[in-house]
Amino acid sequence: MAQRSDITHKYLRAKKKFPNVWCAGCGIGIVMGSLIRAIDKLELDRDNVTLVSGIGCSSRLPVYLDFNTLHTTHGRALAFATGVKLANPKMHVIVITGDGDALAIGGNHFIHSCRRNMDITCILINNQIYGMTGGQFSPTTPTESHASTAPYGNKEYPFDIPKLAMGAGASYVARGTVYHVTQLDQLIHDGIKKRGFSLIEAYSNCHTYFGRLNRLGDSVKMLEEMKKNALPLKAAEKMPPEKVQGKLLTGVFCDVEREEYCDRYDALIQSLQGK
Amino acid sequence: MADNIRLMQGNEAVAEGAMIGGLRFFGGYPITPSTEIAEILARRLPKVGGKFIQMEDEIASVGAIIGASLAGSKSMTATSGPGFSLMVEGIGYAYMAEVPTVIVNVQRGGPSTGLPTKVSQSDTMQARWGTHGDYIAIALAPQSVRETLDLTVRAMNLAEVYRTPVTLLTDEVLGHMREKVTIPEEGEIEVINRQKPDVPASWYKHFEITPNFKSPMASFGDGYRFHVTGLTHDEEGFPTNKSVEILAKLTKLRNKIMRYLDDICQIETDGMEDAHVAVYAYGIVARAARQAVQMARARRMKVGQIRPITIWPSHDKKYKEIFSSKNLEAVIVAELNQGQLVYEVQRLVPKHVEVISLNRFDSELITPAQILNKIKEVR
Repeated sequence: MAQRSDITHKYLRAKKKFPNVWCAGCGIGIVMGSLIRAIDKLELDRDNVTLVSGIGCSSRLPVYLDFNTLHTTHGRALAFATGVKLANPKMHVIVITGDGDALAIGGNHFIHSCRRNMDITCILINNQIYGMTGGQFSPTTPTESHASTAPYGNKEYPFDIPKLAMGAGASYVARGTVYHVTQLDQLIHDGIKKRGFSLIEAYSNCHTYFGRLNRLGDSVKMLEEMKKNALPLKAAEKMPPEKVQGKLLTGVFCDVEREEYCDRYDALIQSLQGK
Repeated sequence: MADNIRLMQGNEAVAEGAMIGGLRFFGGYPITPSTEIAEILARRLPKVGGKFIQMEDEIASVGAIIGASLAGSKSMTATSGPGFSLMVEGIGYAYMAEVPTVIVNVQRGGPSTGLPTKVSQSDTMQARWGTHGDYIAIALAPQSVRETLDLTVRAMNLAEVYRTPVTLLTDEVLGHMREKVTIPEEGEIEVINRQKPDVPASWYKHFEITPNFKSPMASFGDGYRFHVTGLTHDEEGFPTNKSVEILAKLTKLRNKIMRYLDDICQIETDGMEDAHVAVYAYGIVARAARQAVQMARARRMKVGQIRPITIWPSHDKKYKEIFSSKNLEAVIVAELNQGQLVYEVQRLVPKHVEVISLNRFDSELITPAQILNKIKEVR
């Protein structure tokens, strides 16, 4: 573990930006650790890494890290990221977003980013609720779960994030949890490495709101529940459907080769310029 | 005939000006009557290694150009009223985060979906007050196709110099009408690029408050690794809740434009020395006003013309001087809306000067005859 923190500290804006805004026990910090380890393992030049985020608890992540960091408007991180990436295709562009940010207000940008297949890695931290504004239901809040704006239970159906991303055309789609950190490190690593649009859902806990309003206990209890409920995709494929029902499937949902947008555009430039 | 003379639409002139001004990134969403701008740039930008992208909506378009500008490309989008409404969120962000961007609004009739193919000047106030929060907008308005070209380059220059979004306010008629344009030679129009930092990364502050309020701008990838946010921030870009830093930031944003009104604001006047009546109009309406003033002068009426080229910000001091012209009794404010800039004129004229509104919002242009009739009524 000591070695792990050394790596982490290398990338923090430690003197300027701490303590952070997150509640004690929040899963977002775990995702931040995974992201750092993935970037470190890939040995990316940090001048050529841009983290882009929207609005919400998860979107506060980039400010703590010593990269090029861009904290945008609510839901628009992928739109801003598209501009950064296309203007400078050498840049490793990583978007940090949440379930409300990416799928409600940013839903349009989300599906079109998947479709466009630009080499952007989108880490969607799914805590199933709007944390920053005080626990309102989000597009991933389970049906009949409670939220501050769903006092009688949520009447809507949630998005299945990997299905949505795959349907929209993402090249790499994976889900990990903040309990299964080693796996999450790997998924983020592979997502960044993938040339094309990658979506990594990082399933996380908001014990402060989602946990409290639904009597799920504290952070530790929610993490334990995650451990119990998670089921690797590969294992699930060999199990009867009734045993898979209600489980949180983790792993790589899709990893396909499609020519990347900036590469295609660059080829266009080359051909127009007669090179 | 020289091959640098062309019959050209206003929208083509935007694209031509953009190429001259060094545009390297355009992100847009189709909307009448602005679409030709995107169509032309989709063809031309990749030929020079620039990038064109059609985004999923106008909110994404403005987001993409902000991102591209931060990555170092001169960036622009073009739209019309309904799209401009969606863009104001991003314009506020570009203002707060000091990102050079150009937004072209080819105005059409509103409100709402309104009149997609008809002329209007009803987004005049939106260009000033569109986004939430206090801010100082820069908006330029051409009256001809050639001036559309020139002001496109100027809009890009101002955006880069003042690190702020700049709106080019044209309209459906200007965008679609064709006029003879002599394409300027290379170097004929001044092109200004953003000032880059020359300090080591550890000294660099992306939002530094300097004595002249201008701060050099690094791009992502230059090795400076700065933070950008729409939250109120300190000089390094980190969010702040300290009132001292909040005041410093918001004052800087204001001063960096308001201290340079002499550079930013262009106002054209004609015949104001002896004018009893002045016609105040911008854009396409200024063309009708010009003819009306000439007709009136031919009838020995002492009429002058005032044409704001920079619509926003208002150069109050300069306008007060113009409106204090010793014989001036009345100002006719002619606009293709229900009365927007008239409030600016009312605010700035001396008490004894009457302000008369001449509005048209039935989708047709104000004619010289209409303006002449108004002049006669005053006399």
